[in-house]
Amino acid sequence: MAEITLKNLSIEFGGFKAVDEVSLTVKNGEFVVYLGPSGCGKTTTLRCIAGLVRATSGDVLFDGVRVNDLTASERNIAMVFQFVSLYPHLKIKENIVFPLKARGVAKAEIARKLDWVTDVFKLGDELSRYPGALPPGARQKVALARAVIRDPAVLLLDEPLSAIDEQFREEMRWELGHLQRQLGVTTIYVTHDQREAMSLADRIVLMNNGRIVQVSEPDRMFFDPVDVFAGQFIGSPSMNLIDLAPVEGGLRLGDSDVTLTAARDLLPQWALSAGRPLKLGVRAINVHLTDDPSFGVALPVDDIFSVGRERFFSFRIGDTVHQGVDKRSSTAGSEGRVHFDPEGLLFFDAATGRRVGAEVAA
Amino acid sequence: MASTPVTHESRAVAHATRQNALRKRSSGRLMIFGFLSPTLAILLFMVAYPVFSLIYYSFHNFSALRQGTMKPVGFKNYTFLLSDPELWERFVFTGKFVFICVTLQMLIGIFVGYQMQKNFRGRDVIFTILMMPMMLSPVVVGFLWRYMLNSEWGLVNFLLSSVGFAKIDWLGQTTPALWAAAAADTWMWTPFIVLLATAAFRGIPDTIYEAAEVDGASPAYRFFRITLPMSAPVLFIALILRLIDSFKQYDLFVALTGGGPGSSTQTVSFTVAKTAFSYFYTGEASALAVILLVIIIGLSMILVRHLTKMGEKY
Repeated sequence: MAEITLKNLSIEFGGFKAVDEVSLTVKNGEFVVYLGPSGCGKTTTLRCIAGLVRATSGDVLFDGVRVNDLTASERNIAMVFQFVSLYPHLKIKENIVFPLKARGVAKAEIARKLDWVTDVFKLGDELSRYPGALPPGARQKVALARAVIRDPAVLLLDEPLSAIDEQFREEMRWELGHLQRQLGVTTIYVTHDQREAMSLADRIVLMNNGRIVQVSEPDRMFFDPVDVFAGQFIGSPSMNLIDLAPVEGGLRLGDSDVTLTAARDLLPQWALSAGRPLKLGVRAINVHLTDDPSFGVALPVDDIFSVGRERFFSFRIGDTVHQGVDKRSSTAGSEGRVHFDPEGLLFFDAATGRRVGAEVAA
Repeated sequence: MASTPVTHESRAVAHATRQNALRKRSSGRLMIFGFLSPTLAILLFMVAYPVFSLIYYSFHNFSALRQGTMKPVGFKNYTFLLSDPELWERFVFTGKFVFICVTLQMLIGIFVGYQMQKNFRGRDVIFTILMMPMMLSPVVVGFLWRYMLNSEWGLVNFLLSSVGFAKIDWLGQTTPALWAAAAADTWMWTPFIVLLATAAFRGIPDTIYEAAEVDGASPAYRFFRITLPMSAPVLFIALILRLIDSFKQYDLFVALTGGGPGSSTQTVSFTVAKTAFSYFYTGEASALAVILLVIIIGLSMILVRHLTKMGEKY
């Protein structure tokens, strides 16, 4: 186990900056998830920690020791790849003990370790089969067993669940989280799936365009996004984003003539006095329908539809359609007024996209 | 009864459908036969007929020069051949030649193939040049090497003597001639192994290597535990093909050594040709050809079985 530190890490491919000045410390035993859209640099960062990609500048430190010049074999890391990378010509058992054999570990020790992982992963039946005979989910479990069998300093997981069917993925995700806490191994996990990130991570590192956008615990990532990108990337359905203009006595919504009056008090004076355009971010779960005329604002409600337990509705501001969640208790229907929860309102600077009016962890 | 006509009708429809299906099936079968027949005719005429007459001759005392003197002799041709120490020497020589050729070709081929799977500048050009010997005819290769190995004015002896070594009579002595022939065959056919090995090595996905590197495998360990075993099926095919081919080697020797000195560099197929067309012992030559055929069929069966197994595994 080890503490991993990235210091101003940059990785370029022929002039393209895949990773741009990334700094981060992953604590010993921590489960950190790199989250971001395709091409954001999360996998490249992981591969650089693994030693499969060289840093263009900056350093990678394991327990304070610079490892830039060490090969992947010399770093004592274990990795599970997105696409199954078991050795097809070796039986499952041989696949699992491969890292030990490659390092010349004694036979008795290999047997002991094999017993242990077989037990942890419940692999008894599969041991004498070939990878080709197993379903993808089981193969990835074997890859995980192969990764942890030799107590790696850090476990690196590159979208390990993305090639597995939905049903088995849920189960594997749960097992993975459980296993990581049990082993206490420092783990870095890359995914584009926010549900995986939310359910597994001690801390989420949100990346975009090669840079870190935000590092925080899953809850804060959801409730306290640092900018528009973070707010919109996390959460489903995506956060509503509404243009906001400070006017006399309130905040005007988009190009409508509706103003929010009380919300003005939520913003710091400097943001209002500068008179700069703002954006309001509000998640669907913080927008409701009400039939109380003294409450909420009058916006046209288009549609109400149920998705399982929840009932969504859509409303329009100008030409843009937004979503809210109708509480079952309300009888307002499409004649109702739209109410925004004050605690669910997030304000962003329209020019920079940065959050305004709240202390946000970077 | 209102239902009767319907039943009749449906029966008629069913009947027609069945007739149709029958007609379709039989016309399909006819089509298949139609397409196959040219090939079948050629195979019957060019392969089956010669093979059967070969087997037939092998049980007769017969010379193609004296038609009409054919006399059935049972297994006499076979017993005569198998008790002939001179023939056993031909087999031993052929075996040595095959062993040296195939070993050299596999080792060099795998080594060069491993270098060729990497991406480097000029790789394609080098690869193309490397493939060229394979495109030549064995007779051409034989003469080419014969000139190079000429004891008086050949390139090889010129180079040897220019660095102070004695000239060697390459083609005038049995052992040097064996190595000369093996060198020529290796020069010509190693590219074939390189071609297949490169393709096999390149077929191994990068993530497999990355996984092995992460797992702590040294380059040598990766080569012997990942690269070689994963390309073994293809390399095995290459090996068997080379075994069969070098075992049959004939034309290279005709051009390079003419079987000499004496008959010491005659391969088994060379002996077949000589027996059949120099001495015109057609019956004996046929028997020897049958023995050769059985051995090659044996080797081919290993290959075929391996190919089928490969199809099942992957």
